Amino acid sequence: MILLLQYTLIFASVLSLVALGGCISEHSGVINLGLEGIMVIGALGGALMMKYMPQGTSSFVVIVLTILVAILAGVIYSSLLAISCINFKADQTIVGTALNMMGVAAATVIVKAINSAENPDNVSSEIQYIWQKKAFLVNLGGFEFNWFMLIAVIALIGVAVMLYKTRFGLRLMACGEHPQAADSVGINVYKMRWAGVLISGALGGLGGLVYITAGVSQWKFENGVAGFGFLALAVMIFGQWKPKHIAWAALLFGMFRALSNVYSGFDFLAAMNIPSGVYNMLPYIISLIVLAFTSGKSRAPKAEGIPYDKGSR
Amino acid sequence: MKSKTPLLKRDGFQSLLSSLICVILGVFLGYIVLLLINPEGAWKAIVAVLKNFFFYPSGPARMKYFGSTLVKTAPLVMCSLSILFAYKVGLFNIGAAGQYVAGAGACLYAALAWHWGWLPCLLLAIAAGMLLGGISGLLKAYCNVNEVISGIMLNWIGLYLVNIILTNVKEPTSPYTIKIAAGNPKAIMPSAGLDKLFGNNQYVTIGIPLAIIIAVCIYVILERTQFGYELRATGNNKNAAKYAGMREKRNIIVTLLIGGGLAGMGAALLYLTGIEEWSCSQSSVPGMGFNGIAAAFLGCLNPIGSLLSSFFIQHITNGGGYVDKTLYSSQISDLISSIIIYLCGFVLFFKTFMNSRGQKREDTRFAPEPKEPDKPASDGATPEGGDAK
Repeated sequence: MILLLQYTLIFASVLSLVALGGCISEHSGVINLGLEGIMVIGALGGALMMKYMPQGTSSFVVIVLTILVAILAGVIYSSLLAISCINFKADQTIVGTALNMMGVAAATVIVKAINSAENPDNVSSEIQYIWQKKAFLVNLGGFEFNWFMLIAVIALIGVAVMLYKTRFGLRLMACGEHPQAADSVGINVYKMRWAGVLISGALGGLGGLVYITAGVSQWKFENGVAGFGFLALAVMIFGQWKPKHIAWAALLFGMFRALSNVYSGFDFLAAMNIPSGVYNMLPYIISLIVLAFTSGKSRAPKAEGIPYDKGSR
Repeated sequence: MKSKTPLLKRDGFQSLLSSLICVILGVFLGYIVLLLINPEGAWKAIVAVLKNFFFYPSGPARMKYFGSTLVKTAPLVMCSLSILFAYKVGLFNIGAAGQYVAGAGACLYAALAWHWGWLPCLLLAIAAGMLLGGISGLLKAYCNVNEVISGIMLNWIGLYLVNIILTNVKEPTSPYTIKIAAGNPKAIMPSAGLDKLFGNNQYVTIGIPLAIIIAVCIYVILERTQFGYELRATGNNKNAAKYAGMREKRNIIVTLLIGGGLAGMGAALLYLTGIEEWSCSQSSVPGMGFNGIAAAFLGCLNPIGSLLSSFFIQHITNGGGYVDKTLYSSQISDLISSIIIYLCGFVLFFKTFMNSRGQKREDTRFAPEPKEPDKPASDGATPEGGDAK
């Protein structure tokens, strides 16, 4: 039971971080379908940082540096989306999809190149970071507390305050609802959208790092992040683009995802002898059902997905 | 240079030029990545990717591997048709990957467990793909669920489901399904003598001409029939189509049904040749559907163009297998395809740029009256389009 709680919280942290990223980007008016790829690149950045950390570095330094690098990687990668979708008015769906594919392919190529440069026989796409990973964990009587859970909560509060209480957040949301009106009162829509996408890149990169360090034990980069970026988008839609609701949605989805890791620990579930594939499918099935019921009265930002063109009014 | 203005403004030429720019830039960026990883072998590796079957010095071996590339091009053509067909109707069928998986599961199970012939297997694969596409369509039409998100969810559901189902017909000692040639030879598509053309490559079957025929059919449906016109009208402006009396909900569902059927059939065209078996322990969705996106956009969303672009994408994907594995990984070709898709996002910009260049020249040559501001909207700069709203 504690294990279920632990996994639920960690998956919920991943989902809420990434969903908040998607939420900010969409509030600024850009649909960020590339979150999946951004997660992979953020994870790659963090993993490489951990790999090259000298043995015996203090936990605090490990945590801070790894997180910073993951965020930086996510931000840099998301600028590819920003420049094409905001400045060149590219189709956001195509570019997002391209980023997803490019993220996985690039990460695999890079990791394999590093691995085979160290040892020509090593053609796996895994990075070793066993001891560094432990820096993130605090054992509280059987429950492995992970610093990322705290970070997710902070991010949640931070985003909620930023969106609703600061001038920047309100301006950002204006750009997603009615960019022409925002522009007419002197807000630079392009800058705001850049900010939205870059922040979503930061949160997405961080989410990717959480996923590979805590969610799974060893990570093959050729698998990407198994659709988590899209699950996060489902969480965001279910949460109606509001941080508070996103938190609850993330917990719900996180629980179903956690079940597939720990179902064998429950006697009655193990006794039913259902193939593990069914549990793997569960989060996706649930999200489809949930979306079917919640998408009808969607509160999506009105101008999302439409490139802003100063010339059109 | 001035006399070429009309050519530069022609839409077909612009599309071709943009695609070529995407390909050249994509390959060039891929080369730079190779250089960064290891400067010494980079040139050899990129040449290997581009050469693919020309790697073999002798004629028959070349033809044989040319045949293998074609065998894998057929499903890619189907996936790219699936995506471009939906895209014409304003839908992004990223679920093609899952529909492809469903088709693979259906045809392999029918062939190995029920010992059906190849044609019923093919039809069942189409039906399975249609089922998945139809779910996306219903959700989109009646529940307003974004087809991209439902498509991705269905991709993963399909993958796990097919893994579970095909576990029943797998080899006892390996994760792969039983070879069709051994388990049920009559499920292999007939080759109709085509294998002789390609150095006795037994995997070359009627699947290849079938894919070409379907591409032509899709072209005719989209461009030459009322049904296709209605679908495209729905894609251009859903509300206008509704106002004109077209049933936009039905059109969405029908489109995704057809898209699903195409992707499902693509899987059958690959697996019913026996060239590959399904691995029941796969943990990622096969890339065929995603490469279809690259092929569709690189082919300028034209069915005939997608034949060429599919071949190119498959050519470099297979070519990735020939790079020096001690230095690079074969995923370099995935990287190049994804860079190409990314660049395809800029096609609109390329076209607008070409149009505005042409426009300026025309203005200076013919027009003494004040210049209209260029409108960089979807249809480019037309002389009357400057003062919309």
